[in-house]
Parts: sequence; structure tokens; C-alpha cells
Amino acid sequence: MSAPLLAIEGLTKRFGGLTAVKDLTLNVEAGSIASLIGPNGAGKSTVFNVITGIYTPTAGDVKLDGRSIVGFKPHQVAGTGVMRTFQNIRLFAFMTVLENVMVGDQTRMHATPFDSAFRTPRAQKEERAVTERAMELLDYVGLASYAREWARNLPYGMQRRLEIARALAPQPRLLLLDEPAAGANPTEKRDLMGLVRSIRDRGITIVLIEHDMKLVMGISDRVTVLDYGEKISEGDPQTVRHDPRVIEAYLGKGA
Amino acid sequence: MATFLQQLINGIAQGGMYALIALGYTMVYGIVELINFAHGDVFTLGSFLCIAILALLGVSASGQVIGGWQGALIALLVILLAALLCGVVGVLIERFAYRRLRNAPRLAPLITAIGVSFLLQGVMRNWKGPSEISFPQFLPNPTFSYGGVHIDARELLVVVVSIAMMIALQLFIYNTKLGKAMRASAQDRDAAQLMGINVNSTIAWTFFIGSALAGVAGFISGMYFGTTMFTNGYQAGLKAFTAAVLGGIGNIAGAMLGGFLIGIVEAMTAQYISDQWTNVVVFSILVLILVLRPSGLLGEQLPEKV
Repeated sequence: MSAPLLAIEGLTKRFGGLTAVKDLTLNVEAGSIASLIGPNGAGKSTVFNVITGIYTPTAGDVKLDGRSIVGFKPHQVAGTGVMRTFQNIRLFAFMTVLENVMVGDQTRMHATPFDSAFRTPRAQKEERAVTERAMELLDYVGLASYAREWARNLPYGMQRRLEIARALAPQPRLLLLDEPAAGANPTEKRDLMGLVRSIRDRGITIVLIEHDMKLVMGISDRVTVLDYGEKISEGDPQTVRHDPRVIEAYLGKGA
Repeated sequence: MATFLQQLINGIAQGGMYALIALGYTMVYGIVELINFAHGDVFTLGSFLCIAILALLGVSASGQVIGGWQGALIALLVILLAALLCGVVGVLIERFAYRRLRNAPRLAPLITAIGVSFLLQGVMRNWKGPSEISFPQFLPNPTFSYGGVHIDARELLVVVVSIAMMIALQLFIYNTKLGKAMRASAQDRDAAQLMGINVNSTIAWTFFIGSALAGVAGFISGMYFGTTMFTNGYQAGLKAFTAAVLGGIGNIAGAMLGGFLIGIVEAMTAQYISDQWTNVVVFSILVLILVLRPSGLLGEQLPEKV
């Protein structure tokens, strides 16, 4: 077995008296789709926030490719190739669809303000390349014809896809998707499954937080179940689906 | 009619200056939601620094006029240096006075800003004394007249420099990587960070640019009025703040529009009502805007804040 791309080791996060995540260990293999599920308040989003550097863990370690990223600031974590989407869509509402994706590509732009101000060949070349890449990504998620729209004018489902395109812009190694199917209709969910698979096929490792069980069971290589901040089950979708502890956590004792 | 046009020109010149200062208020507000009350004093500091730089270059207030390329070169050098130094002061203010308070209750950084304002005023009073000081009028000042309307070179300088700065700022914000980072950080700081944007340095750059523009305003104000004083920034700052609120605080285009409008309103009030009433009229506008349309003229339609 190769070393995991993402390794969470003994992670605990406490907020005052509340333990949001307790002693969580989780390995995500490169090139796989891993899902994190659990009832509301189970600590799933906290795990994302720790990985991306918004929260500092109370205890434990988070390693990307064997290197600890604990203590990194959010923009530094992003610089190591970790991108995410948000449970509540957080696009730059007053930028165009294209600009949103171009912001995602920031970390890979090298033109100095001097270059841009005087439109040096270097800046022009880079700008063309960034625009081109952004357009490709918009095409990939099916939003190319909306490039000049303001992001806030897109319907909800398209905003979700735009968030994914923005997160793909810097060619991340690891993509964290926080409830990408929330509010989606069955057709949109099916499209989303196809999109997530195709992103994985591009070589990007995916961690997914999702409530839609059909989606989770349909695309995940591994599923981890959290309840009250603790891992209660882990394995391939079949194993988890039939784990009595999972059924109890979701439906209560005696179900 | 000639009188009206004359006042319109005066108003535009004065307004360009307010607009330049207003940009600093509005950019900083856009990105950290702080009314930086020290900003007006950075503007005065800009005038003071220009006088000091001119003195180093051997240009004093005693009245030599330096024409041609030499004069233009000196003016350019002074503008650049003043902008650079004011920018650095702005960055230092942010770093030491505001950064730690970024997540504190709103009142704390606001009070701190007022404290920094007094601090800068105190430094300037001790540096150049408590009375008006004259600003070297080293550039030739020919007057152009068309049908009873007079424009002198100083007014032209003010208008040209301020408009050039605004165009440069627009291009910068919409076409550069840093400009995009500024807009992204203003709209959603957390999401911007997670997209790999270093928000601390982006905010520092915002203070740099806003303060540098105030430095430029310090130069053109000195050239226009011929004098300055350590308390100058207090009132100019408040009027520029009014301009920013009028246009919609946080909105770049709004600050420019508000600046010109306030300048024109001032000139017209002075002409058609009385000189004594300009402040009353200007600050009544502030009150009315805050009561009737707190989002300002452009605040809602075009919230492209930075």
C-alpha cells in the first residue's frame, strides 16, 4: 500500500467545553474518492476547517504527502495544493464567472504589478494563458457560455459547479467538497456524480462531505462515518451501509 | 454663465482632490470595514513631506519658478517620493495599529484610528510648528482664458493628476493579480484565503495604495492652495469621507463621483449662497445621505468594492 496523500492522525478539536472532533484518524489514498458522512453536528465541516488551516487542531496532526500542514495559514495550505468548496456557497458574488475562476488561479500567476501595468509581453502571455485555462475549466463544468455573467446572477446549481471550477483552477492535488449536492435535483445529482468521478480521473484526490446516501454510496471508494466527533465506522460503501453502529447513529437505537 | 462655468471648473479641481482622498477611505473600508480616520492626516503628511523633499532639492518657498522639463521632472519626483513615503506610513499604521484589532468589536479600531489621527497631527505640529506654512509654488502658472472663463495651470494640474490616478487605479484593480486579490478579499475574506490569497499582504497593499493616493493629493493640494497646516487633514478628510459616503462607501467609482460632486457643491455654495455656508451644506449632505440613503449613490447598484 502506498503512503496516503492525506493522513489525519489522532485529530482532536475542542471549542471550550465542546469536543467537535475526537481522536480522529483518517487516511485518504491518492487518486481515490473518500466520503465523510454523519448526522448534522458530527464534526465533518470542522475536519475540513482544520485541514484547510482555518482552525488549529487541539491535538493530532494533518499530513499532506507525508508533510505536516498543521500551523499553515489558509493561503499556505491552498499553496500546497488543497482546494475546497463550501457548504454555503462562497463565490465572489460581484465578479464575473470567469473572474471567479481566475482568482482561483492566483497562486500560479507570476506577473508583477509592473508587468501588468505596462502590459509587458510576459504579462500578456500569462493573462492569455490564465484566461484560456479558466475558460477550459468553465467548459469542463458546463458554464462556458456564462463566462461574462456576474456570479451572483447564476442559478444555485450553476453556482455550485462554478465553485468546483474555481477550486480546480490551481490544479490542486486534493479537493474537499462540502455538501456539493445540497439542494440539487435528481438530474443535477447524477451530473454531479459524473463530474466528481471525472475529476478523480484527472488524478485529483477527493474528500466529500455529503448527506445524499445514494450519491455517497455510488461514488466513494471509502466512507468514514462520524458521530459526535468520533469515527464510528469506516470501510467501503457496502461495509458501512450494513454496520449496525451506523444504522443506530442515523436512525436511533431499536431501528 | 461664465461665472457658473468658472465655479464648475473650481469645483472640479477641488473635487478631484477630495476624490483622491476619498479613494483611500473607501478602499480601506471595502476590505476591512474600518473608517480610517487617520487617512486625512496622511494626506496632510503628504503635503509636509513634499515641502521637505522640495527643500532637499533646493526648492524653497521664496519663489523661484522652475519651468520646462526641469520643473516637470522635479514635480514628478516629488509626487513619486511623497506617494511612496505616505504609502509606507499607511502600511505601518495598518501593521501596528489596526491588524491586531481586525477581529475586535468595531468600536476598538475606530477609536484607535482617531488616536492615530491625533498622533500624526501631533508629530506634524512639532515638526513644522502650529501655524500655516507655505508650499513652494515652483511651477510656472500661466492662465488660459476662453470667453471670460479662466483656467490656470495649477487647476489643470490638479484635474489631470487626479483623473490620471483614478484611471490608473481602475486599471490596476481590474487588470492585475493584486487587484483581483483585493476585490476577492473585499468580497469574502475567508474564501479568498482558501483560494490561496495572502489576505494580510493584500490588506497591507490596500493601505499602501490608498495612502499613496493621499500623498499625491497632498502634493496637488499644496500646489493648489499654496499653504498647508498640521490640522488641514481633519477637515479635508471629513469632506473626503462625506464624498465616499455620498458615492457609497466601499465603492471605488462612487468615491470618485462623490469627490467631484462635493467639490462642485462647495464651489456653487460659495458662489451663489455664501462662503460661510459651504461646510453647513456639505455636512448636511452627509447627514441626509446617512439618513435617507446609507448605501450612497452607487452603493447598491455597483457594489464593486475593494
